[in-house]
Amino acid sequence: MHHEIIISGFGGQGALFAGQLLAYAALAEDRHVTWIPSYGPEMRGGTANCTVIISDEEIGSPLVRNPTAAIVMNPPSFDRFEPLVKPGGVLIVNTSLVSSESKRSDIRVVKAQANELAAELGAAQMANVVLVGALVAATGMLKFETLDRVLDEHISARHRDKLDSNKAALRRGAALARP
Amino acid sequence: MKEFWKGNEAIAEAALRAGLEAYFGYPITPQTELLEYLAKHMPPQGRAFVQAESEVAAINMVYGAACAGARVMSSSSSPGVSLMQEGLSYIAGSEVPVVLVDIMRGGPGLGNIAPSQGDYFQLTKGGGHGDYHPIVLAPASVQEAVDLTYGAFDLAEKYRWIVIVAADGNIGQMMEPIELPPPRRVERRDRGWELTGAQGRPRRVITSIYLQPEALHQYNEHLQRKQREIEKHEVRYSEYLMEDAEYAIVAFGTSARVSQTAIKWARAKGIRVGLFRPISLYPFPYARVAAISQRVRAILVVEMNSGQMIEDVRLGALDRVPISFFGTMGGLVPLPDDVLPAIEKMVQ
Repeated sequence: MHHEIIISGFGGQGALFAGQLLAYAALAEDRHVTWIPSYGPEMRGGTANCTVIISDEEIGSPLVRNPTAAIVMNPPSFDRFEPLVKPGGVLIVNTSLVSSESKRSDIRVVKAQANELAAELGAAQMANVVLVGALVAATGMLKFETLDRVLDEHISARHRDKLDSNKAALRRGAALARP
Repeated sequence: MKEFWKGNEAIAEAALRAGLEAYFGYPITPQTELLEYLAKHMPPQGRAFVQAESEVAAINMVYGAACAGARVMSSSSSPGVSLMQEGLSYIAGSEVPVVLVDIMRGGPGLGNIAPSQGDYFQLTKGGGHGDYHPIVLAPASVQEAVDLTYGAFDLAEKYRWIVIVAADGNIGQMMEPIELPPPRRVERRDRGWELTGAQGRPRRVITSIYLQPEALHQYNEHLQRKQREIEKHEVRYSEYLMEDAEYAIVAFGTSARVSQTAIKWARAKGIRVGLFRPISLYPFPYARVAAISQRVRAILVVEMNSGQMIEDVRLGALDRVPISFFGTMGGLVPLPDDVLPAIEKMVQ
């Protein structure tokens, strides 16, 4: 298996944490994995993204131009990465913020109103986790039990009370993506 | 068990485990997490951490602590390392062991904070005045950054010399699974040169000043003998798919990682290309490059600069094979998609 994932959104939407969640789970499943953030003179409200590569083989370049999958959480991220996803790849779109429609027929597009779905489960901040759930269900790249365990290990102390809601958010996203 | 660490923090932890006793530095992106990690962990462990008022001050504090015999390091990024060059020249001239980590960023000038390999000349050719070359080690992964940092202190003490771990912003910011080495305790022992207070013994002098030209000439000859020893014993490199290679890419650090993927793609197209990756940038693996140049048809050098290491590749390969170059500047990181056409061009 070999997955190249870009996750992109406004600073504060949790794009970087979503990528780390995938990466920690990949490590727990004994895969090769790299996580690399776009870093720059970032500010709140600017766009941040990370690239995660998960593979059975040793990873060369930690950066890619054409990912096999992308999660786009805001309009600038959609504009930038929708054209770049590899043919046969997967695009997860947060339709809470993105109103553009993908015109591509060579990729699978999964739409998730992630902010609202997350809010229903207790906190709109879990939109990133909903989208990760959709990505993992659409690609089968990781086991949900592993993601649960990793959430348990890495959720910050102040969000500890939201652990079960986060697990539910993963499932809520997955439900949208299962074929 | 493998743990998932960010490059900068992993380097810091590796230094702690190697027995780092004193750190002096100044924050600069993309290196700051390294300093931040040490700021948090050193004082509670009774180790000395000082955020200096500038890089100039920091490297001179490092110089002082090294003279006192401490396991000492600093870290910075390109513009900060430029500021340290005077101090590094004094350290070389005084023969005290020092470890420096450079998480390179785009230049010249203030440049930007994106990953670069533009410090190759500054680091390997002895950026300060006088005749000296620090040992320069370039990791291509977080694990290698950990291993090289951990070993750098022994190397510095073995030769009483500067060891620079030269990574770029990518390695500093990236997270990868690593295995950390076991923590070590430094044994405090008198090695015969450190300034520990002269009670009951003759005084010792550490200096880089030799006013008589003959004396300075002689001292330089001594330093040059040390350089030759380092060149004889400390060459390090790694090879990927070189056994049957008809073409070779020479690249270090992140550009080597990127090239590795491009090589895989080129192999799928039937091009027999391999990677030669210098790990020690000084001492440069000239002999190995010479051997490779005798059996491949062409060499492509890939760097995140305008072409710096390529001069050393040319010194090794001479005119035996055509040598082409692909580089990105300004903190742009090349992608495999960029390197593949350069491979195809080399083959034509």
